[in-house]
Amino acid sequence: MTALSNLKVGDKLPALTAGPIRPLDLALFAGGSGDHNPIHVDKSFAESAGFPDVFAHGMLSMAYLGRALTDWAGATAVKEFAVRFAAITPLGASVVCEGEVEEIVERDGEHLAKLVLQASVKDGPVTLKGDALVRIG
Amino acid sequence: MIDHSHIGAETEEVSIDVERGQLRLFCQATGETNPVFWDAEAARAAGHDRIPTPPTYAQTLLNLTPFKKNLVLDVMQVDLARMLHGEQGFIHHHPICVGDTIRLQQRVADIYDKKGGALEFIVLETTARNQDDVVCCTLKSVAVVRN
Repeated sequence: MTALSNLKVGDKLPALTAGPIRPLDLALFAGGSGDHNPIHVDKSFAESAGFPDVFAHGMLSMAYLGRALTDWAGATAVKEFAVRFAAITPLGASVVCEGEVEEIVERDGEHLAKLVLQASVKDGPVTLKGDALVRIG
Repeated sequence: MIDHSHIGAETEEVSIDVERGQLRLFCQATGETNPVFWDAEAARAAGHDRIPTPPTYAQTLLNLTPFKKNLVLDVMQVDLARMLHGEQGFIHHHPICVGDTIRLQQRVADIYDKKGGALEFIVLETTARNQDDVVCCTLKSVAVVRN
């Protein structure tokens, strides 16, 4: 982690790809996350809500982004982390998580990096846009 | 349209234990294999007194917290089939670790609409405090209701 103290604006977060997302992954995430919304696991409910099929929890992709951050900076290095869910992640999608250092900040004696983040469907649309403030020193 | 008088409504404060088994299920579901989140020895070797939790795990604790009434579904009576998750944010003040007992309280911070009411937005803010009364995390969720 010492290398992070030399970070500069424009440096990339090592990319992480997860998936392809199977129905089983959504069942596991429903149980693992406590989000039991049937729109993610019950096709007839998803259809009644106007969707052609179930789709992935946005928080699953946010968790993948979180993995990219903690793999890089450490398990408890993330101070702030926020996303906007821009598009739905369909079944079968591989999720690509990427980020870039936008700013290096000193706050309350801490050495922090502000990153802009995104998750996208591989060869498809951006699904999450966000940012994070991560301790780097 | 959702009655804006719900702004300021809040849940009671409810406790939930941070259990290793639930964390492992979350890690399995998210492909999280970092041993720090699985094993107390690995956590200690990485400088953590106890097993820490991933940066979105506070939302799982919130999902699993047995509030008497869900602010959106029960109090505002929003139809689940019309809801989508619009935004999510976490501000971490202190680690949440296995063995902690976290007290959560959620409130309706705002309600607004766009596109002439075709989309309504409910902003929910949650505070998560540990057994020492330390605020560990503040969570912000925006739910989108499609009318």
